[in-house]
Amino acid sequence: MQVSFKKAETVQTAPLAELAPGECGIIASLDLPEELAQRLMELGFLPGHAVERSASAPGGDPVIFCVDGSQVALRGDLCRRIRFTR
Amino acid sequence: MSDCHPGGTVALAPETASARSHLVALIGPPNSGKSTLFNQLTGLRQKVANFPGVTVEHHIGKAKLGGRREVLLVDLPGVYSFNARTEDERVALDVLQGGQPGLDKPEAVLLILDSTNLGRHLVLAAQVLALELPTLVILNMADDLEARGGKVDIGALSRELGAPVVLASASRGVGIEPVREFLAQHSRTAEIPRLPPVLQPALTSVPACRKWSAEVTQKAGYRSPAPPEWSRKLDRVFLHPWLGPVIFGLVVILVFQSIFTWAQPAMDWIEQAIVDSGAWMGAQLPEGLFRSLLTDGIWSGVGSVVVFLPQILMLFLFLGVLEDSGYLARAAVIADRTMARVGLQGKSFIPLLSAYACAVPAIMAARTIENKRDRLATVLIAPFMTCSARLPVYTLLIAAFIPDRPLLGSFLGTRAAAMLSLYGVGFLAAVITAKLLKSTVLRSGPSTFLLEMPPYRWPTARSLAFRLLDRAKVFLKRAGTVILAVSVLLWVLASVPMTGGRPPAIADSVIGQIGHAIEPVIQPLGFNWKIGIGLITSLAAREVIVGTLGTIYGMEGTAQSEGLQKALQQDLSFAGAMALLVFFAFAMQCMSTVAIVRREAGGWRWAAAQFAYMTAWAYAGAWITYTVLS
Repeated sequence: MQVSFKKAETVQTAPLAELAPGECGIIASLDLPEELAQRLMELGFLPGHAVERSASAPGGDPVIFCVDGSQVALRGDLCRRIRFTR
Repeated sequence: MSDCHPGGTVALAPETASARSHLVALIGPPNSGKSTLFNQLTGLRQKVANFPGVTVEHHIGKAKLGGRREVLLVDLPGVYSFNARTEDERVALDVLQGGQPGLDKPEAVLLILDSTNLGRHLVLAAQVLALELPTLVILNMADDLEARGGKVDIGALSRELGAPVVLASASRGVGIEPVREFLAQHSRTAEIPRLPPVLQPALTSVPACRKWSAEVTQKAGYRSPAPPEWSRKLDRVFLHPWLGPVIFGLVVILVFQSIFTWAQPAMDWIEQAIVDSGAWMGAQLPEGLFRSLLTDGIWSGVGSVVVFLPQILMLFLFLGVLEDSGYLARAAVIADRTMARVGLQGKSFIPLLSAYACAVPAIMAARTIENKRDRLATVLIAPFMTCSARLPVYTLLIAAFIPDRPLLGSFLGTRAAAMLSLYGVGFLAAVITAKLLKSTVLRSGPSTFLLEMPPYRWPTARSLAFRLLDRAKVFLKRAGTVILAVSVLLWVLASVPMTGGRPPAIADSVIGQIGHAIEPVIQPLGFNWKIGIGLITSLAAREVIVGTLGTIYGMEGTAQSEGLQKALQQDLSFAGAMALLVFFAFAMQCMSTVAIVRREAGGWRWAAAQFAYMTAWAYAGAWITYTVLS
């Protein structure tokens, strides 16, 4: 599943894991196997959509993201393979 | 119904065959309030069934529409899409396309969507509408949408979708009338939805569907609501670095503490009622075989199990509150790291917690785990969790053999501690087994975890009542079928061979001889032949042993005069009783679980291996306990 967000200029992307609590970003790409990418997109992790980091579990993993009007918890490995732009 | 499928799960009532009720399917994403709407529409005229061949459970019920009209409503599993990755998605699509054996093709569809999250949920709408069945789109949680400042023009949305659209708040019973009207005029007048042709080939592409849904929501003047602030505030408390785990622990303790203390008065009451009615019946009937069958066989057998209904309902009530309130999803997030240590993931936590109520729905709940090996491991360890069917056995033996003394002041007594340690050893066995499985046969790459967090909601009394009623029906049905049958069979086997029209002493009866035959195998565990009979009959279901012992001692006459506890105290040593407790903590004495594992794991191989494995744990554990204590 190759879906990326096009912009006029090349922009710096970073893994979602680097989003600070309360910070917002725009999802750029999902570097994941087709099935997982599809599932995540259904949950709202679509390139071009806004994402905000909200709470996290005690210990910091999994992290809950506010995306597309709902809250979704993701384990760290997923957060590292979803990229966003600020 | 159409044809007679061997699964035969959906024949609701005789008249459905003649009058052919119209079938309407109810579908929607998880957390959209689908079941609430289903309960509103069908009330108590519903039943749970399994689609033949798969483990996907569904409810099917009748919606009365005034007069004598009614439709048959089938509640499909909650899905985000039909991309057929999970069994739920495949089944939902099969039913809608008429490809599910035993079910007609639905004549219409009720599509329920969460109005607070329309953009995302319209992806499912695209796929449902593409099936070209008459469809009513129900935008649920309209009260929530309004309260959080969102809005939508349903007239415009209806034009865009080519299907009627209504707003509803199912949990408050608002907006149900238009749904009934749709069912009554039955969609026959509703037009077939037509999607824009450009969308048709792109239905499986989420980005394409989202592009379409963005256009639709824009044209329908949809304004998405503000995020649920109080949900986030609660998350800050429930997921707090140290407060979160503390609350988590307190919740678990509260659940266990209360199922013992709060259920007790109701249990005492039922027990007394059964004893009194049995004595009354005994007094009315002439002495003879029939009286013996009724009072000693059936009443002692079934009655001794029915007593535990309040405790079981209490457990399901707590699980229902945890689930409906949204806390269970947070608990899964908290548990994820711990679960990761034994190679599982947070999603395994929900089935494992429900396994404390019953392994059968728990094993079905494991369907939500995408990773096949994680799912299988969860299925295989779930029966180690202390299910509610073990409660009657534990309660009986603990009350009979462990004196109630305070351990930590009034905080924890010896009996509660014994109960907790039994829960503990079961959990420990599950953890060890998970570790074992995940590092050998079920080793897989690093598993992952993703879970949608529903907003916190007040559980409604109505939905909780439905859950409890559902469970009470299941439990009483089991008491009325399996346990009744075992009680009668046992009574017969204990009454033959007769000499001169009089039944033999139990030890000389057929069942007594069977018990004596297996005694050498169980003697090392400290069990006598009567317990042996109980072990055999409890292969059907764990709590049957209580009924069996009730029948055996009832026929001996000891149970009536002194109660089952006293009878057991005379017959079983302390070490033997403790060994029996340990045996039940580990043994997989439950045919329903074996059957469901066979279906879930796809074959007898896993189910048989699991049964052997758990029995080995049980035998070894009981032997060690008995040897150490005696």
